Amino acid sequence: MIRVEGLSKTYRVAEKQPGLAGTLRHFIRRRTRDVVAVQDVSFQIEPGEMVGFLGANGAGKTTTLKMLCGLIHPSSGSVQVAGYRPQRRQADFLRRITLVMGQKQQLLWDLPPMDSLRVNAAVYGIPDQLAQRRINALADLLELGEELTRPVRKLSLGQRMKAELLAALLHEPEVLFLDEPTLGLDVNAQARVRQFLADYNRRTGATVLLTSHYMADITALCPRVLLIHQGSLFHDGPLDQLTLALAPEREVRFELEHPVTADALVGLGRLESLQGSSVHLRVARDELTSVVAALLDRFPVVDLEVNDPPIDALIGDLFRKGRV
Amino acid sequence: MRIFGLNRRIIRVLLGSQYAHMLEYRAEIALWALSGVLPFIMLSVWSGSEARTGLGLDGVALDRYFLSAYLVRQFTVVWVVYAFEEDALLGRLSPYLLQPLHPLWRYVAAHLGEQLTRLPFAALIAAVFFVVQPQAFWLPSLGGFLLAWLATWMAFAIAFLFQSLIAALCFWSEKASALERLQFIPFVFLSGLLAPLTAFPPEVRAFAQWTPFPYLIDFPARVLAGQPVDLMAGFGAQLAWIALLLPLVLLLWRAGVRRYSAMGA
Repeated sequence: MIRVEGLSKTYRVAEKQPGLAGTLRHFIRRRTRDVVAVQDVSFQIEPGEMVGFLGANGAGKTTTLKMLCGLIHPSSGSVQVAGYRPQRRQADFLRRITLVMGQKQQLLWDLPPMDSLRVNAAVYGIPDQLAQRRINALADLLELGEELTRPVRKLSLGQRMKAELLAALLHEPEVLFLDEPTLGLDVNAQARVRQFLADYNRRTGATVLLTSHYMADITALCPRVLLIHQGSLFHDGPLDQLTLALAPEREVRFELEHPVTADALVGLGRLESLQGSSVHLRVARDELTSVVAALLDRFPVVDLEVNDPPIDALIGDLFRKGRV
Repeated sequence: MRIFGLNRRIIRVLLGSQYAHMLEYRAEIALWALSGVLPFIMLSVWSGSEARTGLGLDGVALDRYFLSAYLVRQFTVVWVVYAFEEDALLGRLSPYLLQPLHPLWRYVAAHLGEQLTRLPFAALIAAVFFVVQPQAFWLPSLGGFLLAWLATWMAFAIAFLFQSLIAALCFWSEKASALERLQFIPFVFLSGLLAPLTAFPPEVRAFAQWTPFPYLIDFPARVLAGQPVDLMAGFGAQLAWIALLLPLVLLLWRAGVRRYSAMGA
């Protein structure tokens, strides 16, 4: 479904030193430099696959997604999506794909989502009755109801994001490019969006390429991951191979009734921070249960939270340690 | 059949949604309609001046010309470069580029929706004008009205294409709207907003005829006011400008999209 060979993208960016002198120099003699955003990336994705696209900020994920959907032209290399060259942006190609970019919106801000959905239905040539059936079905899955008839500006971020997803999927695309689709959502809303994407993939057999800062998105949805660093592809394979390398530890945050000293926490994992009674530890996955049990046994714990560390931090750790 | 991705259903739905969208800004649009009273100010300036004899229009004809200029202006105001620049900078352009409809159609629909919202306010101001100047009241014949409507619509098309050409430069420069401001002064002077073109010296008039400006206000306003005007030459020039600008816009747009870096998206 997606075939990428030797894909590269170089941007030319202007460089300006700070201050008045820098501004004047920039005005008289504009200096630019080439920034390699993506370098010689190759991979293939089969129909119906859900693939996670990981990388730190600025690694080249979004640039790659933009090239795959035809929004920007590659500097070199070739891309084929559903048998089309994306950069030609033929109407038939555009009807087969969608791109969802975090909080960037296509919905008309002052009108209810329903108005934008009607426009999308017309633009994609979906008959009114079929469009209504799809809206009802997608709204059910996304748990959207009266929100569709309220102005977009009056919706919460989560409601807006779900309405954006509905708008992006109304034409039942075969290929979904999702760039941070759960960014900024609360935990419940993230879980609902994840469940929705899994259902959509199961129901339609759509191919999905997904970037996310939340490890939970990737683990819940993507058996295979691509890991990109400084524009180059470093890993292409099953998630579980990467998981241990990527997240061998989990974050444990807890609040105690009374302040403790660092000495009291020795043997309970790696201490990240200690501020009075607030403690932040990193604990190896296989020791998590015993550490939490020990914590509850030794201290009066008021609050306890266990999370995966943010992907950015994990990937940063990984590359710093030279493990990829 | 689709033309640049457009068909009748899309026109209907797009216009409906954009009209509804613009109605949300009706108070702002009413203020815009009010703020476009430059022709009335110029009317009072010319009416109180001895120089009006040089305009070639008597009192009532002058009243009607400036009222027509005001009305034509209300339906030829174009702001696509500002909307496009903001959309490009904030990343809103990206989803539009990924739909099987040329993005410029959305801006056309937004302008038409805004004109429709403006209509009652412009009509109200015209009514107030007739109350103040009852001797200037006239109703154009149906044929005259249709010709004026066509001339105004073509004036809008020229203005829209001209500004779209500048907007397409946003693909190269993030602040292409600055170029739009460059053409504001020649537009104000040569379009007929300050004075009918007949008021200018013959050399200036001859020069102006080679620019698009007189066909944006002066020509449609004269048609609406029922004043003597060379219809063939006027419509011919409007068509020629549209025929020149349309392929230029499409070519520049195509080249620009290749350079697009999807800023902010």
